[in-house]
Amino acid sequence: MTSRTERLTTYAVLGLFAVIAVFPLLAVAEQAIGLSHPTFGAFTEAWRRGHFARYLTNSLIVVTVVVVVASVLSILAGYALGTMEFRGATTLFYVFLAGLMVPTEAIVIPLYFDLRSVGLDNTLPGLMLPQIAQSVSFGVFWMRAYFRSAPRSLVEASRIDGASSWTTLRRVLVPVGRPAILTMIVLIAMWTWNEFLLALVIINANEDRRTAPLGLSVFQGQHQTEYPLLMAGALIVATPVVLVYVFLQRHFIAGMLSGAIKE
Amino acid sequence: MRHPGEPRRIGYLYVLPAFVVYAAFLLWPLLHGAYLSLFRWDGLTVGTWAGLGNYRQAISDPQLRGSFWHAVVLLFFYAILPCCIAFVLVSAMSRSRPRGMTFFRTVLFLPQVVAMVAVAVAWQWIYSDHGPINGTLRFAGLGGLTRGWLGDFTWALPSVGLIGTWVEIGLAMVLFLAGVQKIPRELYEAARVDGAGAVREFFAVTLPGLRRELAIALTLTTVAALRNFDLIYLTTGGGPGNATKVPAYEVYNRTFNTGEVGLACAIGITIAIIVFVVTAVINRVVEGRP
Repeated sequence: MTSRTERLTTYAVLGLFAVIAVFPLLAVAEQAIGLSHPTFGAFTEAWRRGHFARYLTNSLIVVTVVVVVASVLSILAGYALGTMEFRGATTLFYVFLAGLMVPTEAIVIPLYFDLRSVGLDNTLPGLMLPQIAQSVSFGVFWMRAYFRSAPRSLVEASRIDGASSWTTLRRVLVPVGRPAILTMIVLIAMWTWNEFLLALVIINANEDRRTAPLGLSVFQGQHQTEYPLLMAGALIVATPVVLVYVFLQRHFIAGMLSGAIKE
Repeated sequence: MRHPGEPRRIGYLYVLPAFVVYAAFLLWPLLHGAYLSLFRWDGLTVGTWAGLGNYRQAISDPQLRGSFWHAVVLLFFYAILPCCIAFVLVSAMSRSRPRGMTFFRTVLFLPQVVAMVAVAVAWQWIYSDHGPINGTLRFAGLGGLTRGWLGDFTWALPSVGLIGTWVEIGLAMVLFLAGVQKIPRELYEAARVDGAGAVREFFAVTLPGLRRELAIALTLTTVAALRNFDLIYLTTGGGPGNATKVPAYEVYNRTFNTGEVGLACAIGITIAIIVFVVTAVINRVVEGRP
């Protein structure tokens, strides 16, 4: 229907912006590896001097715990709010939903003082618990939507078979809802991995508890001008999420669209 | 509707664990922050009651007012510019339906998933003295225009803003793409029969059809603009001078650098209120005009 010129213009425009989107990331890789004389020296150097082995381990622990706990809590709460009727259910849902609109900036300072007063500052649990709370806000919203859309007949069939609400959830709804749950997991994992402000404020003194993004920012402060080192560090921090994204991009995008309020 | 044989009470048991964590680590800090915002407190000694004094200061203190003004400037770069660019991309795609849409979608969305720390490292290099921007200028014989972009009083804020544009284009585009697929093809065909060109087609069919998606995109990008602590902290630290200080940065700065915890909490609560109002207003506008 459209002319050849218009078609070519479309490709040119899309191509231009695609280049703009990936250029900074490719430039990072180029600086770290050095295309003319490819070497991974910057990686080993950054890995060693930046203590990334430790920081990545911390990040991995935090992400795993936050994802597992937040997902389980969200599935349980979303199940009740999506399929059961009880007094205050709607209000409870709106209370969870409101959490999506609370920026980290509004709670991080009181959290810092609260966590310090109970000795949880500079600990991984102190970093995980607020992230679980934020993730639950999204997760409840997300899982409730799934449970409401799940076919009633499934629930009723299993009810007629005499299954308890727990068995119905575990044996019927969770297996069927795997795509919805996977999308939620992917998003929570990304947000948790990339979280910076909470890590900066809560892990303020204990170097051994830094997560990867926080570690990179400190590394950046120390190596302002050693770009290959810095870029290698940036790649180390960014790559896990980018890899997951490339393989599961449908889930990322679908989740960002339907869960549209968060961030 | 109640399910046969479902004891209603059990619902509370399912919700309880999530609610406890949520209440303790999100609701409580929020309330605590609102409470702290009513005191002058340095975080160490005993605070004194200030009422709404901190909020008054947030509005009247020239430096803080400046930071809110910077956030408004960033709104242009984070929200309006990405939406405009995304419109161009999407209307081009929807007219000629090129191959490789999934590829373009995936690539353009990529900046959304990269950790802000990595984004900051990449862009600091791009803006640096020997980075590609200054290199290109020198190559083009415009060496006089080179500068350290993030350290320049005039250019630091727009430079940071453009990083935000880069991040948010993909989000807006993906939203619009989803919306465009819901616009009936007949509308486009009718427009073409009427002899509409690309521009008229956009204003007559695409834009009205994307109202809802535009509202969501504006909400998300506006919220991102209001709470861009990471990028500012990592690239400019609010400098040079106060040139890139934003409210989100001041929350951190006033707590840990100048010891004004009550004021910092007031700024944090103000950001939350603005986010809440923006979300409500944009949604109202979308729902209000059928």
